[in-house]
Amino acid sequence: MGRTVIEKIFAAHTADEVAPGRVIWLDLDVRSARDFAGANVVKRFREAYPGERVADPERTFFTFDCNAPANTIAYAQNQQICRRFAREQGIRVYDVDSGIGSHVLMEEGIASPGATVVGTDSHLNILGAVGAFGQGMGDVDIAFAFRHGKTWFEVPHTVKIVLRGRYEYPTTAKDLTLFLVGKLGARGALGKAVEIEGEAVEALDMAGRITLCSMATEMGAISAFLPPSESLRAFVEEATGSRDFSYPIADPDAEYTRILEFDVSGLKPMIAAPPRPDNVHEVAELEGERVDTVFVGSCTNGRYEDIRAVAEILKGRRVAKGVVLKVAPATRRVWGRLLKEGWLEVLYDAGAIIAHAACAGCAQGQIGMTGEGEVQLSTGNRNFPGKQGRGPTYLCSPATAAASALFGVITSPERL
Amino acid sequence: MKPTVIRGRPWVITDGEGRLIDDIDTDQIYHNAYLAVTDPAEMGRYAFSNLEGWTDFPRRARPGDILFVGENFGAGSSRQHAVDCFLALGIGAIVGRSFGAIYKRNAINSGLPLLELPEMPVGALRELEEVTVDLETGEIRAPDGRVIARARPMPRVALEIYRAGGLLKLTPR
Repeated sequence: MGRTVIEKIFAAHTADEVAPGRVIWLDLDVRSARDFAGANVVKRFREAYPGERVADPERTFFTFDCNAPANTIAYAQNQQICRRFAREQGIRVYDVDSGIGSHVLMEEGIASPGATVVGTDSHLNILGAVGAFGQGMGDVDIAFAFRHGKTWFEVPHTVKIVLRGRYEYPTTAKDLTLFLVGKLGARGALGKAVEIEGEAVEALDMAGRITLCSMATEMGAISAFLPPSESLRAFVEEATGSRDFSYPIADPDAEYTRILEFDVSGLKPMIAAPPRPDNVHEVAELEGERVDTVFVGSCTNGRYEDIRAVAEILKGRRVAKGVVLKVAPATRRVWGRLLKEGWLEVLYDAGAIIAHAACAGCAQGQIGMTGEGEVQLSTGNRNFPGKQGRGPTYLCSPATAAASALFGVITSPERL
Repeated sequence: MKPTVIRGRPWVITDGEGRLIDDIDTDQIYHNAYLAVTDPAEMGRYAFSNLEGWTDFPRRARPGDILFVGENFGAGSSRQHAVDCFLALGIGAIVGRSFGAIYKRNAINSGLPLLELPEMPVGALRELEEVTVDLETGEIRAPDGRVIARARPMPRVALEIYRAGGLLKLTPR
């Protein structure tokens, strides 16, 4: 019987029989922890394995992105606990100057096609964008992975999603992603791997692949995988410095637990209203609602292409009076490119605050929280009550965020 | 040896209208304002700290209590705090219609028993002072011994980890 993508990746990393529902011991190529939960990992490791070494420091990493640089003493302490442990063990730290850990792992070629990667980031399945198995885990799991370089995993069933048709700008990867989250719901793919294919997926650039794979979490999925593309090949070759590109692809006779089909031709810009990411509407339905704050960034929409799209819309214009626009590139590399090409200047002239590369608007405090009644538009991936403050948060594409910042009310970019 | 039959008071996590609350995410179980806490013992007081109608749960809970929850319990982030806060309160087991994937792992790894029970008899559970939950068979019984529901038995690896007292006590094959 043929294998799905996740079954192929697993089969290359275990001696056990790989079949949906079976529990296997899985070899891990990369194990990582962030500043969030990193200190807890260190504490668990020290308690459970006193005086012992991690299995392989070359494949073990810390990535600081949640609270970078630390703006609370507690986070500063926790980061320092990780740094001290890293020095003792010879582990590399991507410190507070690096950006969002999952993106850094991709940019550095550490998470490459076919790899198995675990970390304390619940959006680590974003690595599906490069054909890697990424899984967010708690600190007990990660302490075990640090020590043994492997973990137990129940092989998930795979759901295939086939997309028919194509959409046109200003509908973007984020709108497609929100559309699918809305269709599937928060538990539409609970505990499943997902493979998404179709013309609309093949057309995605690297940033779009990242956007789509990042929100597998909001569908309840273990991971989402896409077919390879030229944009991916170029990205991976640059990241790994190797022309030896191979990519896990499902066998033609792989078994899927469900196959879903959606027609996305003519798809309109979409928005997720509070209080949940799957509360999805067409932007046009909510047009005219007042907006106080707009956040552009996050692991879902913090790439160069995302932020340039905002700058292109805002070029030569200013955000509406009373609107605060916050921009946080995903990584230092993205930040540098936007700076050198002049896009940050465009955003500055439009009235934006430009923050340090990190999780920013999705992590508490880093680029400000919302007060009660403060309406926020975010290009992030979660709008659960209380996550980003007391105010309601809407999730949308960078283009919708820019259009809405210009007019001070929810605005479809189709109007531009 | 850890007990595989657990006895305790049932808490059915419902909304104001008596319906199970689905999709309770980790931010509602353990708010991100308390993430910097690293001492598990301290986490109990923040259990359900952001779940409407349940913020007083830590004061009312007693060691051994058993939670009965809706679909996709523990959706969202990977924070272990959302499991540890219940361990700190001495919660004996969580029985849910379904769980978030990461949450399920975190609970199993920490030795907090989880059982999946797709058909939840909410009315029957709310009338009982006490229930017993058999992790190996999945049977849930009233004090008189009557089986009121059958959950899926805990998977073999999950039981192994539970018996060992948590993942960190295991050595992989």
